[in-house]
Amino acid sequence: MNKSKARSKLAPFKILSTTAILGYGFPESSFQRGLRKKPDLIAVDGGSTDPGPYYLGAGKSFTSRAAVKRDLRLMIKAGLEHNIPVVVGTAGGSGARPHLEWCLEIVREIAREENLHFKLGIAYADVEKEMVLEAFKQKRVKPLAFVPELTPEVVFESENLVAQMGIEPFIKLLNQGCQVVIAGRSYDPAVFAALPISLGYDPGLALHLGKILECAAIAATPGSGSDCALGILEEDSFILETLSPERKFTPQSAAAHTLYEKSDPYELPGPGGLINLRGCSFEDIGQGRVRVRGSRFIPSENYWVKIEGVRMIGFRSISIAGVRDPIMIEKIDKILKEVELKVREIMGKDGKNGQIYFHVYGKNGVMGELEPVKRTLSHELGLVIETIGKTQEEADSLLALTRSALLHYGYEGRIATAGNLAFPFSPSDISMGKVYEFSVYHLMQVDRPDFFLSRVEEL
Amino acid sequence: MRVTKPTAAKKKNSLLKVARVIRSKNSGPFELTLDIMFKERRYFELFKKKRIITARKIARLYGIPEKEVLKVVYFEPSQAIKVTLKRRIPSGSPGDTDVYGAQQHAPLLSLTF
Repeated sequence: MNKSKARSKLAPFKILSTTAILGYGFPESSFQRGLRKKPDLIAVDGGSTDPGPYYLGAGKSFTSRAAVKRDLRLMIKAGLEHNIPVVVGTAGGSGARPHLEWCLEIVREIAREENLHFKLGIAYADVEKEMVLEAFKQKRVKPLAFVPELTPEVVFESENLVAQMGIEPFIKLLNQGCQVVIAGRSYDPAVFAALPISLGYDPGLALHLGKILECAAIAATPGSGSDCALGILEEDSFILETLSPERKFTPQSAAAHTLYEKSDPYELPGPGGLINLRGCSFEDIGQGRVRVRGSRFIPSENYWVKIEGVRMIGFRSISIAGVRDPIMIEKIDKILKEVELKVREIMGKDGKNGQIYFHVYGKNGVMGELEPVKRTLSHELGLVIETIGKTQEEADSLLALTRSALLHYGYEGRIATAGNLAFPFSPSDISMGKVYEFSVYHLMQVDRPDFFLSRVEEL
Repeated sequence: MRVTKPTAAKKKNSLLKVARVIRSKNSGPFELTLDIMFKERRYFELFKKKRIITARKIARLYGIPEKEVLKVVYFEPSQAIKVTLKRRIPSGSPGDTDVYGAQQHAPLLSLTF
């Protein structure tokens, strides 16, 4: 670590962010250009909740193993060669134990293949159900906006509960001399901000810089989620710099990014406090660089972390089909309603089991009930018939029944009596496996911000 | 999505003509956030001064109760308006149609002022 450097009045601290999500890739030329700037830290965010609840629940990554390995190999080799710490957050896409183990296995494999030896820091983001229940009992859990209140049942039913760690677990591992740190679910900016904050840099600036760097070159123009970006932290400001000639940062591109995926751009809450951007300015300093000032970190009275969890609610099956008959298209809503009723009736006493959804593309498949255009002008419709059952078998049979009922349904005014659907494939039905939903998305107050389990492994 | 043409009232201008970016995206699995960025600062100032985008207007445009509009923020640094809505169905839950929430912006394209 560059502690001696820090004492001498905070020299510029350079952070190389490789890509928006580990496994999204980056050009080697940009990476090399970044290395020539002699960065003090190489860091990357590894995940997101964006791809939905499945990945957290199933313990699978939404990025490809080969791509993650490629990115990590370049980062770790360069980090060790130039003595630059490499920090990865939200490993494996969702950052629960299976995701973290998946990523660690890749790191160990790279170490073996490249004959690399280093101190690997590992931080787990998993939280025990007992801990959440205890916090719940003591009224130290609150839902985020539009999230239902937590109940003990929901906690019991949830899988892979994780908390977004702040900077503290990273600082702990880096202080132990870890050259590579791989962490579970993390607050996105933490991987970038932890080291500089521990060296005395302003937390407001460091976290705001982290907030921008977590998406790497997405905040530049033209933006890219698969290119590197450089952040230079100084005592009273930070600078954003691109690492490929076709891109630049502009005050507008940097400021616009502050909006991305946030509900309030002026106040960005995170573990232990919030970043306040009311006094923030973005200045063009030439050569595609932007200087940012005025971001402030306001610590909260108590330390809250965001906890995330999902629960399995069944199994899904789908079938894809098209409709070209104008008479049917005209009455599609009514027909689908009648078919569902018919299916429920055929199922008899089991009629209440399972869920049926019709996604009607060309009508309201994208927006559902939010669709303001009520009457479609399309000459053909794409249908995705979706069923959810308690078991895969239940979902499959409900789908088969719904599909055949719709195929042969004699709706009023029908003149095409051979069949109502055009299937592009045989087999027509696909078993999709487990269905999850986000069940926990709450804030939990904790006593110690570094309660996360961590350990050091010598490779 | 068809953009409805400005109607009889001749003075009506379309948001589509003055905006550089109109987009939607999840802000976590339970919220949907809409961003509008303008081509020129004066349009942002106009929208801000006249409060052209309000929770009420967004609620009407999307056919949702006003209480499901969490926030409308006029953001100076990027001359942008941000509106955050309740997701009617959380991301990826049964019945959801857009896991990333990236295609829920179309009603804004027909907004006139």
